[in-house]
Amino acid sequence: MADLRELYQEVILDHNRRPHNFRALEDANRKAEGYNPLCGDRLSVFLRLDGDVLTEVTFLGSGCAISKASASLMTDAVKGKSVEDAKRLFDAFHRMVTADTAGEPDVSTLGKLAVLSGVREFPARVKCASLAWHTLKAALAADPEPVSTE
Amino acid sequence: MAIAAVHTAASAAFDVNALRRDFPALQQEVHGKPLAYLDNAATTQKPRAVIDAIVGFYRHDNANVHRGVHQLSERATSAYEGARETVRQFLNAGDAREIVFVRGTTEAINLVAHSFGRQRLGEGDEVVVSAFEHHSNIVPWQIACEERRARLRVVPITAAGEIRLEDYERVLGARTRIVSLVHVSNALGTINPIRDMITLAHEKGIPVLVDGAQAVAHLPTDVQGLGADFYAFSGHKLFGPTGIGVLYGKAELLDAMPPYQAGGDMISSVTFERTRYNTLPYKFEAGTPDIAGAVGLAAAIDYVRTVGLDRIAAYEHELLEYGTGRLHGVPGLRLYGPEIDRKAAILSFTMSDVHPHDIGTILDHEGIAIRTGHHCCQPLMQRLGVDATARASLAFYNTFDELDRLVAALARVREVFG
Repeated sequence: MADLRELYQEVILDHNRRPHNFRALEDANRKAEGYNPLCGDRLSVFLRLDGDVLTEVTFLGSGCAISKASASLMTDAVKGKSVEDAKRLFDAFHRMVTADTAGEPDVSTLGKLAVLSGVREFPARVKCASLAWHTLKAALAADPEPVSTE
Repeated sequence: MAIAAVHTAASAAFDVNALRRDFPALQQEVHGKPLAYLDNAATTQKPRAVIDAIVGFYRHDNANVHRGVHQLSERATSAYEGARETVRQFLNAGDAREIVFVRGTTEAINLVAHSFGRQRLGEGDEVVVSAFEHHSNIVPWQIACEERRARLRVVPITAAGEIRLEDYERVLGARTRIVSLVHVSNALGTINPIRDMITLAHEKGIPVLVDGAQAVAHLPTDVQGLGADFYAFSGHKLFGPTGIGVLYGKAELLDAMPPYQAGGDMISSVTFERTRYNTLPYKFEAGTPDIAGAVGLAAAIDYVRTVGLDRIAAYEHELLEYGTGRLHGVPGLRLYGPEIDRKAAILSFTMSDVHPHDIGTILDHEGIAIRTGHHCCQPLMQRLGVDATARASLAFYNTFDELDRLVAALARVREVFG
């Protein structure tokens, strides 16, 4: 039986209470909105992309503990990475939260993101965990354009 | 735990444990705990009588309706038309021709918006809905309004989650052509003063559609007493199957409306030059209908009538009163909606610093099924200033013990989130 504590680990609860990089980014040159129509969760991901490197990554939005912690962990994980490395992380993360079998997550690639591996036992919550990542992917795919943060 | 001794008259006479045994799906464990199913506003569980009626139809009587001269077709037709008569009595409609079988409330509203709305609406005309409405009672009207360059107007609600009749009257104008209102709010449980609202609209010659999806399982419904022009509900929220629902419409209105869908059963004769439409209600029932669904719905109505809607309402009110009291004792919990004497047994709430989805997941682990999210009422959520709520919605088979378990599980939520 999936254990609740596997899902709500202390690290996740901490990131939910005090999310990292939880702000709009003044000098962002990429931005995307993520929306989960099922539950109404929304979040925005802001990127500062310098050449091939994500020099700054921030987010704003409202959602459950899983979506907020996942977004917070993601911004930490991809900051300073190249676009290619960020996409590799996206793939590894996606595999981890959607894997059918409960194999050990690839900690060497995923690092701290591995705390979200418990999500795969909760199919209804996979979308919560992956919302930030899909939004990041959309931001990376978008044409570079300055965003207004007012 | 609070005690059963305080529960009074209605619950004493109401043998909930015996009734629960009629519902096979309630007899199971979820995550190792007995299932407490508190998501009845989403859909209700089905009694054995309904399941047996559907199985029985397919095993013995299955044939198409209104066609064959053979025995099975006659049986199927009489079961289907018998179901229509059962619905007529249940709603106290004057005539079985006024009962149209549809897929559910959503299709019923779409039918009226399409066949009645488009006919009535012209540029600058208005459709009135309320801030309570489910998306299914907003979007069909938006589409009709856009097509006809008409305007959708919204009756506001108070912070407590109620409509004030003076606000309603103010929105009814010279250009209002249709009013479409929810009877009981699915998100908050608010029971609207629908009879008064219909009377006020009729004083200005405006017809009213009532979305009864959340009402029929909890209150006795009398469409003639209410004066409703249209009344819509879904079978699956009334302990019946999914895929079947009902549109009641006054015969003179239905008669004047063009068909919604075209096909078999809705015609009386077809040539390539001209088609003559069938009479009511068949004009609105194109194609082979959900015959087994209608049979299952009739079995559900028979079941509910046997239990008795008055007794159901009285017992659910006691559950609501008890649950409200218990939830008020949970630290950081905020309940939405009006006082309990003006609402159905729905407990919609938030907890400080915990998102409803997290509440839902933790409750599920305690075997408790609730709904979390915007309940397909995003404009209402905006009005309340929340993204989502957690909603426990009760039916007559729920118990005081299940509400105690809900409160205990919410303590567990606090424990996890600190």
